[in-house]
Amino acid sequence: MGTTANLIAFYTLGTLIIVSSVLAVTSKRMLRAATYLLLVLLGTAGLYLLLNYHFLMGVQLSVYAGGILILFIFAILLTSAKGDKFEPRDKQKVIYGIVAALAGVAVTLFVTLKYKFLFPDNPTIAGDQEINMKVIGQALVGTEKYQYLLPFEILGILLLACAIGGILIARKR
Amino acid sequence: MMWIDNILRTYLGDTWALIAEFVLIAIALLTVYAVLALILIYAERKICGFFQCRIGPNRVGKWGILQSVADMVKILLKELIHINRADHFLFRLASFVIIAASICTFAALPFADGAHIIDFNIGIFYLLAVSSLGVVGILMAGWSSNSKYTMIGAMRSGAQLISYEISAGLSLLTIVILSGTMQISEIVAQQSEMWFIFKGHIPACLAFLTYLIAGHAETNRGPFDLPEAESELTAGYHTEYSGIQFGFFYLAEYLNMFIIAGIASTMFLGGWMPFHIPGWDSFNGIMDYIPSAVWFFGKTFFCVFLALWVRWSFPRLRIDQLLNLEWKILMPICLINLILMTLIVVL
Repeated sequence: MGTTANLIAFYTLGTLIIVSSVLAVTSKRMLRAATYLLLVLLGTAGLYLLLNYHFLMGVQLSVYAGGILILFIFAILLTSAKGDKFEPRDKQKVIYGIVAALAGVAVTLFVTLKYKFLFPDNPTIAGDQEINMKVIGQALVGTEKYQYLLPFEILGILLLACAIGGILIARKR
Repeated sequence: MMWIDNILRTYLGDTWALIAEFVLIAIALLTVYAVLALILIYAERKICGFFQCRIGPNRVGKWGILQSVADMVKILLKELIHINRADHFLFRLASFVIIAASICTFAALPFADGAHIIDFNIGIFYLLAVSSLGVVGILMAGWSSNSKYTMIGAMRSGAQLISYEISAGLSLLTIVILSGTMQISEIVAQQSEMWFIFKGHIPACLAFLTYLIAGHAETNRGPFDLPEAESELTAGYHTEYSGIQFGFFYLAEYLNMFIIAGIASTMFLGGWMPFHIPGWDSFNGIMDYIPSAVWFFGKTFFCVFLALWVRWSFPRLRIDQLLNLEWKILMPICLINLILMTLIVVL
Protein backbone atom coordinates (compact mmCIF):
# COMPACT_ATOMS: atom_id res chain seq x y z
CA MET A 1 0.00 0.00 0.00
CA GLY A 2 1.21 3.52 -0.71
CA THR A 3 2.90 5.43 2.08
CA THR A 4 0.46 8.34 2.01
CA ALA A 5 -2.56 6.08 2.08
CA ASN A 6 -0.97 4.21 4.98
CA LEU A 7 -0.46 7.39 6.93
CA ILE A 8 -3.99 8.61 6.25
CA ALA A 9 -5.41 5.29 7.45
CA PHE A 10 -3.16 5.36 10.52
CA TYR A 11 -4.19 8.87 11.58
CA THR A 12 -7.87 8.17 10.96
CA LEU A 13 -7.71 5.06 13.13
CA GLY A 14 -5.68 6.89 15.77
CA THR A 15 -8.23 9.70 16.00
CA LEU A 16 -11.06 7.17 16.19
CA ILE A 17 -9.31 5.31 19.01
CA ILE A 18 -8.46 8.42 21.02
CA VAL A 19 -11.85 10.08 20.66
CA SER A 20 -13.84 6.98 21.49
CA SER A 21 -11.65 5.98 24.43
CA VAL A 22 -12.16 9.43 25.96
CA LEU A 23 -15.89 9.14 25.30
CA ALA A 24 -15.96 5.64 26.82
CA VAL A 25 -14.70 7.07 30.11
CA THR A 26 -16.76 10.25 30.15
CA SER A 27 -20.08 8.85 28.92
CA LYS A 28 -22.83 8.90 31.54
CA ARG A 29 -24.77 5.91 30.24
CA MET A 30 -23.36 2.42 30.69
CA LEU A 31 -24.31 0.86 27.38
CA ARG A 32 -23.00 3.87 25.48
CA ALA A 33 -19.68 3.51 27.30
CA ALA A 34 -19.61 -0.14 26.19
CA THR A 35 -20.33 0.92 22.61
CA TYR A 36 -17.46 3.42 22.62
CA LEU A 37 -15.25 0.66 24.00
CA LEU A 38 -16.33 -1.45 21.02
CA LEU A 39 -15.16 1.33 18.70
CA VAL A 40 -11.79 1.44 20.49
CA LEU A 41 -11.38 -2.32 20.06
CA LEU A 42 -12.39 -2.17 16.40
CA GLY A 43 -9.91 0.66 15.83
CA THR A 44 -7.14 -1.42 17.39
CA ALA A 45 -8.08 -4.31 15.12
CA GLY A 46 -7.81 -1.84 12.25
CA LEU A 47 -4.26 -0.96 13.32
CA TYR A 48 -3.29 -4.64 13.25
CA LEU A 49 -4.85 -4.89 9.80
CA LEU A 50 -2.74 -1.91 8.72
CA LEU A 51 0.35 -3.80 9.89
CA ASN A 52 -0.81 -6.82 7.85
CA TYR A 53 -0.87 -8.84 11.08
CA HIS A 54 -4.15 -10.52 10.16
CA PHE A 55 -4.01 -13.20 12.80
CA LEU A 56 -3.88 -10.68 15.63
CA MET A 57 -6.69 -8.75 13.98
CA GLY A 58 -8.84 -11.87 13.93
CA VAL A 59 -8.04 -12.58 17.57
CA GLN A 60 -8.79 -8.99 18.55
CA LEU A 61 -12.15 -9.13 16.76
CA SER A 62 -13.30 -12.51 17.97
CA VAL A 63 -11.95 -12.40 21.53
CA TYR A 64 -12.43 -8.77 22.49
CA ALA A 65 -15.11 -7.36 20.23
CA GLY A 66 -17.06 -10.57 19.69
CA GLY A 67 -16.53 -12.21 23.08
CA ILE A 68 -15.62 -10.03 26.02
CA LEU A 69 -17.64 -7.03 24.91
CA ILE A 70 -20.74 -9.17 24.41
CA LEU A 71 -20.26 -10.50 27.94
CA PHE A 72 -20.06 -6.87 29.14
CA ILE A 73 -23.25 -5.96 27.32
CA PHE A 74 -25.03 -9.06 28.64
CA ALA A 75 -23.99 -8.18 32.18
CA ILE A 76 -25.21 -4.61 31.73
CA LEU A 77 -28.52 -5.73 30.26
CA LEU A 78 -29.11 -8.24 33.07
CA THR A 79 -28.14 -6.03 36.00
CA SER A 80 -29.04 -2.44 35.20
CA ALA A 81 -32.47 -0.95 34.71
CA LYS A 82 -33.34 1.41 31.89
CA GLY A 83 -32.17 4.95 32.63
CA ASP A 84 -29.54 3.91 35.16
CA LYS A 85 -26.75 6.43 35.12
CA PHE A 86 -23.36 6.59 36.73
CA GLU A 87 -23.16 8.43 40.04
CA PRO A 88 -21.66 11.89 39.78
CA ARG A 89 -17.91 11.57 40.16
CA ASP A 90 -16.27 12.90 43.28
CA LYS A 91 -13.49 15.37 42.70
CA GLN A 92 -10.69 13.51 44.41
CA LYS A 93 -11.19 10.45 42.21
CA VAL A 94 -11.09 12.58 39.07
CA ILE A 95 -7.76 14.08 40.16
CA TYR A 96 -6.30 10.65 40.95
CA GLY A 97 -7.53 9.41 37.60
CA ILE A 98 -5.88 12.26 35.72
CA VAL A 99 -2.59 11.72 37.60
CA ALA A 100 -2.67 7.99 36.80
CA ALA A 101 -3.39 8.73 33.14
CA LEU A 102 -0.52 11.21 32.93
CA ALA A 103 1.84 8.72 34.56
CA GLY A 104 0.76 6.15 31.98
CA VAL A 105 1.40 8.59 29.14
CA ALA A 106 4.84 9.41 30.61
CA VAL A 107 5.88 5.76 30.83
CA THR A 108 4.62 4.99 27.31
CA LEU A 109 6.32 8.04 25.82
CA PHE A 110 9.58 7.24 27.61
CA VAL A 111 9.59 3.67 26.31
CA THR A 112 8.57 4.67 22.77
CA LEU A 113 11.23 7.35 22.50
CA LYS A 114 13.95 5.29 24.14
CA TYR A 115 13.43 2.07 22.18
CA LYS A 116 15.34 1.58 18.95
CA PHE A 117 12.79 0.68 16.32
CA LEU A 118 13.73 -1.24 13.21
CA PHE A 119 12.20 1.28 10.83
CA PRO A 120 12.11 4.61 12.71
CA ASP A 121 11.35 6.67 9.60
CA ASN A 122 8.39 4.71 8.35
CA PRO A 123 6.87 2.36 10.91
CA THR A 124 4.33 0.94 8.47
CA ILE A 125 6.97 -0.52 6.16
CA ALA A 126 7.51 -3.59 8.35
CA GLY A 127 4.01 -4.82 7.61
CA ASP A 128 4.32 -4.97 3.86
CA GLN A 129 4.16 -8.73 3.72
CA GLU A 130 1.51 -10.85 5.33
CA ILE A 131 2.53 -12.91 8.36
CA ASN A 132 1.78 -16.53 7.69
CA MET A 133 -0.56 -18.42 9.99
CA LYS A 134 1.72 -21.47 9.85
CA VAL A 135 4.68 -19.53 11.27
CA ILE A 136 2.60 -18.33 14.20
CA GLY A 137 1.27 -21.80 14.88
CA GLN A 138 4.69 -23.40 14.84
CA ALA A 139 6.15 -20.67 17.05
CA LEU A 140 3.41 -21.32 19.59
CA VAL A 141 4.00 -25.05 19.97
CA GLY A 142 7.72 -25.36 19.21
CA THR A 143 10.44 -25.97 21.79
CA GLU A 144 13.38 -24.14 20.20
CA LYS A 145 14.57 -20.60 20.73
CA TYR A 146 11.85 -17.98 20.06
CA GLN A 147 9.22 -20.69 20.32
CA TYR A 148 6.72 -20.70 23.09
CA LEU A 149 5.48 -24.15 24.04
CA LEU A 150 5.94 -23.76 27.81
CA PRO A 151 4.17 -20.37 28.20
CA PHE A 152 1.41 -21.68 25.93
CA GLU A 153 0.88 -24.75 28.14
CA ILE A 154 1.02 -22.73 31.35
CA LEU A 155 -1.59 -20.31 30.00
CA GLY A 156 -3.71 -23.27 29.01
CA ILE A 157 -3.61 -24.66 32.56
CA LEU A 158 -4.39 -21.20 33.96
CA LEU A 159 -7.41 -20.91 31.68
CA LEU A 160 -8.61 -24.38 32.69
CA ALA A 161 -8.30 -23.46 36.37
CA CYS A 162 -10.25 -20.25 35.74
CA ALA A 163 -12.99 -22.16 33.89
CA ILE A 164 -13.32 -24.69 36.75
CA GLY A 165 -13.36 -21.86 39.28
CA GLY A 166 -16.08 -20.10 37.32
CA ILE A 167 -18.22 -23.23 37.23
CA LEU A 168 -17.71 -23.74 40.98
CA ILE A 169 -18.82 -20.19 41.75
CA ALA A 170 -21.80 -20.29 39.42
CA ARG A 171 -22.99 -23.75 40.52
CA LYS A 172 -26.22 -23.90 42.47
CA ARG A 173 -25.91 -25.37 45.97
CA MET B 1 -9.36 -6.12 -14.07
CA MET B 2 -5.71 -5.18 -14.67
CA TRP B 3 -6.57 -2.65 -17.38
CA ILE B 4 -8.78 -0.67 -14.99
CA ASP B 5 -5.90 -0.67 -12.54
CA ASN B 6 -3.49 0.57 -15.22
CA ILE B 7 -5.79 3.36 -16.42
CA LEU B 8 -6.37 4.58 -12.88
CA ARG B 9 -2.67 4.51 -12.06
CA THR B 10 -1.69 6.53 -15.13
CA TYR B 11 -4.26 9.24 -14.45
CA LEU B 12 -4.35 9.44 -10.68
CA GLY B 13 -1.03 8.25 -9.27
CA ASP B 14 -0.63 5.29 -6.92
CA THR B 15 -2.30 6.55 -3.76
CA TRP B 16 -5.40 8.00 -5.38
CA ALA B 17 -5.71 5.04 -7.74
CA LEU B 18 -5.73 2.77 -4.71
CA ILE B 19 -8.41 4.82 -2.98
CA ALA B 20 -10.47 4.97 -6.18
CA GLU B 21 -10.23 1.20 -6.49
CA PHE B 22 -11.39 0.76 -2.90
CA VAL B 23 -14.41 2.92 -3.62
CA LEU B 24 -15.20 1.11 -6.89
CA ILE B 25 -14.98 -2.30 -5.24
CA ALA B 26 -17.14 -1.14 -2.35
CA ILE B 27 -19.81 0.15 -4.75
CA ALA B 28 -19.75 -3.10 -6.73
CA LEU B 29 -20.01 -5.11 -3.53
CA LEU B 30 -22.94 -3.08 -2.21
CA THR B 31 -24.74 -3.41 -5.53
CA VAL B 32 -24.33 -7.18 -5.56
CA TYR B 33 -25.46 -7.24 -1.93
CA ALA B 34 -28.65 -5.29 -2.63
CA VAL B 35 -29.52 -7.17 -5.84
CA LEU B 36 -28.98 -10.53 -4.13
CA ALA B 37 -31.29 -9.42 -1.33
CA LEU B 38 -34.05 -8.67 -3.87
CA ILE B 39 -33.58 -12.05 -5.54
CA LEU B 40 -33.56 -13.88 -2.19
CA ILE B 41 -36.71 -12.15 -0.97
CA TYR B 42 -38.52 -13.04 -4.20
CA ALA B 43 -37.27 -16.64 -4.01
CA GLU B 44 -38.32 -16.94 -0.40
CA ARG B 45 -41.85 -15.69 -1.07
CA LYS B 46 -42.29 -17.86 -4.14
CA ILE B 47 -40.93 -21.03 -2.52
CA CYS B 48 -42.89 -20.39 0.66
CA GLY B 49 -45.97 -20.06 -1.52
CA PHE B 50 -45.36 -23.42 -3.17
CA PHE B 51 -44.80 -25.10 0.18
CA GLN B 52 -48.13 -23.78 1.40
CA CYS B 53 -49.96 -24.59 -1.86
CA ARG B 54 -50.31 -20.92 -2.80
CA ILE B 55 -49.10 -19.08 -5.91
CA GLY B 56 -47.04 -16.43 -4.15
CA PRO B 57 -46.49 -12.94 -5.59
CA ASN B 58 -47.86 -12.81 -9.16
CA ARG B 59 -49.15 -9.27 -9.80
CA VAL B 60 -46.10 -7.05 -10.41
CA GLY B 61 -44.42 -8.08 -13.63
CA LYS B 62 -44.45 -11.56 -15.17
CA TRP B 63 -44.71 -14.20 -12.38
CA GLY B 64 -44.40 -11.32 -9.90
CA ILE B 65 -40.70 -10.92 -10.63
CA LEU B 66 -40.76 -7.17 -9.94
CA GLN B 67 -42.57 -7.58 -6.61
CA SER B 68 -39.47 -7.18 -4.45
CA VAL B 69 -38.33 -4.15 -6.49
CA ALA B 70 -41.67 -2.53 -5.77
CA ASP B 71 -41.30 -3.43 -2.09
CA MET B 72 -37.84 -1.86 -2.08
CA VAL B 73 -39.18 1.42 -3.49
CA LYS B 74 -41.95 1.38 -0.90
CA ILE B 75 -39.58 0.80 2.01
CA LEU B 76 -37.29 3.61 0.84
CA LEU B 77 -40.21 6.06 0.86
CA LYS B 78 -41.47 5.16 4.32
CA GLU B 79 -41.26 7.47 7.30
CA LEU B 80 -38.68 6.82 10.03
CA ILE B 81 -40.73 6.88 13.21
CA HIS B 82 -39.22 8.74 16.14
CA ILE B 83 -39.25 6.63 19.33
CA ASN B 84 -39.95 8.42 22.59
CA ARG B 85 -37.37 8.03 25.35
CA ALA B 86 -35.16 5.71 23.33
CA ASP B 87 -31.39 6.00 23.17
CA HIS B 88 -31.33 7.48 19.67
CA PHE B 89 -27.61 7.26 19.08
CA LEU B 90 -27.48 3.53 19.80
CA PHE B 91 -30.84 3.00 18.10
CA ARG B 92 -29.46 4.33 14.82
CA LEU B 93 -26.01 2.79 15.23
CA ALA B 94 -27.41 -0.73 15.76
CA SER B 95 -28.71 -1.20 12.22
CA PHE B 96 -25.38 -0.06 10.80
CA VAL B 97 -23.39 -2.44 13.02
CA ILE B 98 -25.48 -5.36 11.84
CA ILE B 99 -25.24 -4.53 8.17
CA ALA B 100 -21.50 -3.73 8.41
CA ALA B 101 -20.75 -7.10 10.01
CA SER B 102 -22.80 -8.80 7.33
CA ILE B 103 -21.05 -6.98 4.45
CA CYS B 104 -17.58 -7.69 5.90
CA THR B 105 -18.40 -11.39 5.87
CA PHE B 106 -19.99 -11.18 2.43
CA ALA B 107 -16.80 -9.66 0.99
CA ALA B 108 -14.76 -12.73 1.88
CA LEU B 109 -16.79 -15.13 -0.27
CA PRO B 110 -15.14 -16.43 -3.47
CA PHE B 111 -17.83 -15.58 -6.04
CA ALA B 112 -16.02 -16.94 -9.06
CA ASP B 113 -12.59 -17.80 -10.39
CA GLY B 114 -10.67 -14.61 -9.62
CA ALA B 115 -13.64 -12.68 -8.20
CA HIS B 116 -12.52 -12.85 -4.59
CA ILE B 117 -12.17 -9.63 -2.65
CA ILE B 118 -10.77 -10.46 0.80
CA ASP B 119 -8.42 -13.43 0.74
CA PHE B 120 -6.40 -13.40 3.95
CA ASN B 121 -4.08 -16.13 5.12
CA ILE B 122 -6.49 -16.60 8.05
CA GLY B 123 -9.61 -16.65 5.79
CA ILE B 124 -11.94 -18.87 7.83
CA PHE B 125 -10.89 -17.29 11.11
CA TYR B 126 -11.65 -13.87 9.63
CA LEU B 127 -15.11 -15.05 8.61
CA LEU B 128 -15.88 -16.35 12.10
CA ALA B 129 -14.48 -13.24 13.80
CA VAL B 130 -16.33 -10.71 11.68
CA SER B 131 -19.65 -12.53 11.68
CA SER B 132 -19.61 -12.58 15.50
CA LEU B 133 -19.87 -8.77 15.51
CA GLY B 134 -23.49 -8.87 14.38
CA VAL B 135 -24.58 -9.93 17.88
CA VAL B 136 -23.46 -6.57 19.27
CA GLY B 137 -25.82 -4.82 16.87
CA ILE B 138 -28.73 -7.06 17.85
CA LEU B 139 -28.16 -6.51 21.59
CA MET B 140 -27.82 -2.76 21.00
CA ALA B 141 -31.03 -2.63 18.97
CA GLY B 142 -32.94 -4.54 21.61
CA TRP B 143 -31.76 -2.38 24.48
CA SER B 144 -32.00 1.02 22.88
CA SER B 145 -35.57 0.61 21.61
CA ASN B 146 -36.92 0.97 25.15
CA SER B 147 -39.44 -1.86 24.90
CA LYS B 148 -39.69 -5.20 26.64
CA TYR B 149 -40.41 -7.15 23.47
CA THR B 150 -37.23 -5.98 21.81
CA MET B 151 -35.27 -6.55 24.99
CA ILE B 152 -36.40 -10.18 25.37
CA GLY B 153 -35.87 -10.75 21.66
CA ALA B 154 -32.34 -9.40 21.87
CA MET B 155 -31.44 -11.52 24.90
CA ARG B 156 -32.75 -14.67 23.23
CA SER B 157 -30.96 -13.84 20.04
CA GLY B 158 -27.69 -13.17 21.84
CA ALA B 159 -27.83 -16.48 23.71
CA GLN B 160 -28.71 -18.33 20.52
CA LEU B 161 -26.00 -16.77 18.36
CA ILE B 162 -23.24 -17.21 20.93
CA SER B 163 -24.14 -20.88 21.45
CA TYR B 164 -24.49 -21.85 17.81
CA GLU B 165 -21.30 -20.06 16.82
CA ILE B 166 -19.41 -22.83 18.61
CA SER B 167 -20.88 -25.61 16.48
CA ALA B 168 -20.50 -23.61 13.29
CA GLY B 169 -16.86 -22.88 14.11
CA LEU B 170 -16.10 -26.50 15.04
CA SER B 171 -17.61 -27.88 11.86
CA LEU B 172 -15.61 -25.44 9.74
CA LEU B 173 -12.51 -26.42 11.72
CA THR B 174 -13.06 -30.03 10.63
CA ILE B 175 -12.54 -28.95 7.04
CA VAL B 176 -9.56 -26.78 7.99
CA ILE B 177 -7.93 -29.90 9.46
CA LEU B 178 -8.64 -31.83 6.27
CA SER B 179 -7.23 -29.14 3.99
CA GLY B 180 -4.41 -27.97 6.27
CA THR B 181 -4.99 -24.32 5.46
CA MET B 182 -7.35 -21.49 6.40
CA GLN B 183 -6.96 -19.47 3.23
CA ILE B 184 -10.20 -19.63 1.28
CA SER B 185 -8.65 -19.55 -2.20
CA GLU B 186 -6.35 -22.40 -1.19
CA ILE B 187 -9.27 -24.41 0.17
CA VAL B 188 -11.16 -23.98 -3.10
CA ALA B 189 -8.05 -24.90 -5.12
CA GLN B 190 -7.62 -28.11 -3.14
CA GLN B 191 -11.08 -29.24 -4.18
CA SER B 192 -10.18 -29.29 -7.87
CA GLU B 193 -9.89 -33.10 -7.78
CA MET B 194 -12.89 -33.80 -5.65
CA TRP B 195 -15.11 -31.71 -3.38
CA PHE B 196 -14.37 -32.02 0.32
CA ILE B 197 -17.74 -33.55 1.09
CA PHE B 198 -16.70 -36.59 -1.01
CA LYS B 199 -13.03 -36.46 -0.12
CA GLY B 200 -13.54 -36.25 3.66
CA HIS B 201 -15.49 -39.50 4.15
CA ILE B 202 -18.11 -39.53 6.92
CA PRO B 203 -16.70 -36.67 9.06
CA ALA B 204 -17.06 -34.21 6.18
CA CYS B 205 -20.69 -35.20 5.61
CA LEU B 206 -21.40 -34.90 9.33
CA ALA B 207 -19.68 -31.53 9.47
CA PHE B 208 -21.75 -30.37 6.49
CA LEU B 209 -24.95 -31.32 8.28
CA THR B 210 -23.96 -29.75 11.61
CA TYR B 211 -22.80 -26.61 9.82
CA LEU B 212 -26.11 -26.30 7.99
CA ILE B 213 -28.03 -26.67 11.26
CA ALA B 214 -25.82 -24.32 13.26
CA GLY B 215 -25.61 -21.80 10.44
CA HIS B 216 -29.35 -21.86 10.01
CA ALA B 217 -29.75 -21.17 13.72
CA GLU B 218 -27.29 -18.29 13.44
CA THR B 219 -29.45 -16.55 10.88
CA ASN B 220 -32.37 -16.43 13.35
CA ARG B 221 -34.78 -18.05 10.95
CA GLY B 222 -37.43 -20.66 11.60
CA PRO B 223 -37.50 -23.21 13.23
CA PHE B 224 -34.96 -21.24 15.24
CA ASP B 225 -36.70 -17.85 14.95
CA LEU B 226 -37.35 -17.43 18.67
CA PRO B 227 -35.79 -13.95 18.77
CA GLU B 228 -38.60 -12.70 16.57
CA ALA B 229 -41.35 -15.15 17.47
CA GLU B 230 -44.33 -13.17 16.13
CA SER B 231 -46.92 -14.62 18.45
CA GLU B 232 -44.97 -13.77 21.60
CA LEU B 233 -42.69 -10.85 20.79
CA THR B 234 -44.36 -9.11 17.81
CA ALA B 235 -41.09 -8.97 15.87
CA GLY B 236 -38.33 -9.37 18.44
CA TYR B 237 -35.37 -7.06 18.52
CA HIS B 238 -36.40 -4.96 15.50
CA THR B 239 -40.01 -4.33 16.59
CA GLU B 240 -39.54 -0.58 16.94
CA TYR B 241 -37.69 0.01 13.70
CA SER B 242 -39.40 1.48 10.68
CA GLY B 243 -38.64 2.39 7.08
CA ILE B 244 -35.16 1.78 5.79
CA GLN B 245 -33.77 1.15 9.30
CA PHE B 246 -35.98 -1.92 9.43
CA GLY B 247 -34.92 -2.55 5.85
CA PHE B 248 -31.33 -2.89 7.02
CA PHE B 249 -32.26 -5.66 9.45
CA TYR B 250 -34.33 -7.34 6.78
CA LEU B 251 -31.50 -7.12 4.25
CA ALA B 252 -28.93 -8.43 6.72
CA GLU B 253 -31.17 -11.37 7.63
CA TYR B 254 -31.55 -12.49 4.03
CA LEU B 255 -27.92 -11.91 3.15
CA ASN B 256 -26.78 -13.78 6.25
CA MET B 257 -28.73 -16.75 4.94
CA PHE B 258 -26.90 -16.37 1.63
CA ILE B 259 -23.53 -16.00 3.39
CA ILE B 260 -24.05 -19.18 5.44
CA ALA B 261 -25.04 -21.03 2.27
CA GLY B 262 -22.05 -19.54 0.46
CA ILE B 263 -19.62 -20.63 3.17
CA ALA B 264 -21.16 -24.10 3.20
CA SER B 265 -20.79 -24.42 -0.56
CA THR B 266 -17.22 -23.07 -0.44
CA MET B 267 -16.04 -25.35 2.34
CA PHE B 268 -17.87 -28.54 1.46
CA LEU B 269 -19.12 -28.34 -2.13
CA GLY B 270 -16.06 -26.81 -3.76
CA GLY B 271 -17.01 -23.13 -4.08
CA TRP B 272 -16.65 -22.10 -7.71
CA MET B 273 -14.78 -25.33 -8.50
CA PRO B 274 -16.62 -27.42 -11.14
CA PHE B 275 -17.67 -30.97 -10.38
CA HIS B 276 -14.67 -33.19 -11.16
CA ILE B 277 -14.23 -36.94 -10.94
CA PRO B 278 -10.59 -38.09 -10.92
CA GLY B 279 -9.77 -40.09 -14.04
CA TRP B 280 -12.74 -38.96 -16.11
CA ASP B 281 -10.81 -36.39 -18.12
CA SER B 282 -13.35 -35.69 -20.88
CA PHE B 283 -16.16 -35.38 -18.34
CA ASN B 284 -14.04 -32.92 -16.33
CA GLY B 285 -13.32 -30.96 -19.51
CA ILE B 286 -17.03 -30.59 -20.24
CA MET B 287 -17.66 -29.47 -16.67
CA ASP B 288 -14.99 -26.78 -17.02
CA TYR B 289 -17.01 -25.13 -19.82
CA ILE B 290 -19.66 -24.07 -17.31
CA PRO B 291 -18.53 -20.67 -15.93
CA SER B 292 -17.27 -20.68 -12.34
CA ALA B 293 -19.77 -18.05 -11.20
CA VAL B 294 -22.61 -20.34 -12.29
CA TRP B 295 -21.15 -23.13 -10.18
CA PHE B 296 -20.82 -20.93 -7.10
CA PHE B 297 -24.27 -19.39 -7.32
CA GLY B 298 -25.84 -22.70 -8.27
CA LYS B 299 -24.45 -24.48 -5.22
CA THR B 300 -25.19 -21.54 -2.94
CA PHE B 301 -28.79 -21.31 -4.08
CA PHE B 302 -29.10 -25.06 -3.58
CA CYS B 303 -28.05 -24.53 0.07
CA VAL B 304 -30.42 -21.55 0.33
CA PHE B 305 -33.20 -23.81 -0.92
CA LEU B 306 -32.34 -26.34 1.81
CA ALA B 307 -32.63 -23.55 4.39
CA LEU B 308 -36.03 -22.47 3.02
CA TRP B 309 -37.21 -26.06 2.94
CA VAL B 310 -36.36 -26.46 6.63
CA ARG B 311 -37.88 -23.13 7.50
CA TRP B 312 -41.28 -23.86 6.03
CA SER B 313 -41.43 -27.48 7.20
CA PHE B 314 -40.64 -27.51 10.91
CA PRO B 315 -42.46 -25.92 13.86
CA ARG B 316 -40.63 -23.48 16.11
CA LEU B 317 -38.52 -24.78 19.02
CA ARG B 318 -38.81 -23.62 22.63
CA ILE B 319 -35.86 -21.72 24.07
CA ASP B 320 -34.78 -24.59 26.37
CA GLN B 321 -35.06 -27.10 23.51
CA LEU B 322 -33.00 -24.77 21.37
CA LEU B 323 -30.18 -24.46 23.89
CA ASN B 324 -30.31 -28.20 24.72
CA LEU B 325 -29.98 -29.03 21.04
CA GLU B 326 -26.80 -26.99 20.83
CA TRP B 327 -25.03 -27.77 24.09
CA LYS B 328 -26.07 -31.41 24.62
CA ILE B 329 -26.34 -32.75 21.07
CA LEU B 330 -24.74 -30.63 18.38
CA MET B 331 -21.56 -29.58 20.18
CA PRO B 332 -20.56 -33.10 21.39
CA ILE B 333 -21.18 -34.42 17.88
CA CYS B 334 -18.96 -31.68 16.46
CA LEU B 335 -16.16 -32.38 18.95
CA ILE B 336 -16.19 -36.13 18.26
CA ASN B 337 -16.35 -35.39 14.55
CA LEU B 338 -13.28 -33.18 14.88
CA ILE B 339 -11.33 -36.03 16.52
CA LEU B 340 -12.52 -38.46 13.82
CA MET B 341 -11.34 -36.11 11.10
CA THR B 342 -7.95 -35.68 12.79
CA LEU B 343 -7.58 -39.47 12.95
CA ILE B 344 -8.43 -39.81 9.26
CA VAL B 345 -5.93 -37.12 8.28
CA VAL B 346 -3.16 -38.55 10.48
CA LEU B 347 -3.61 -42.21 9.55
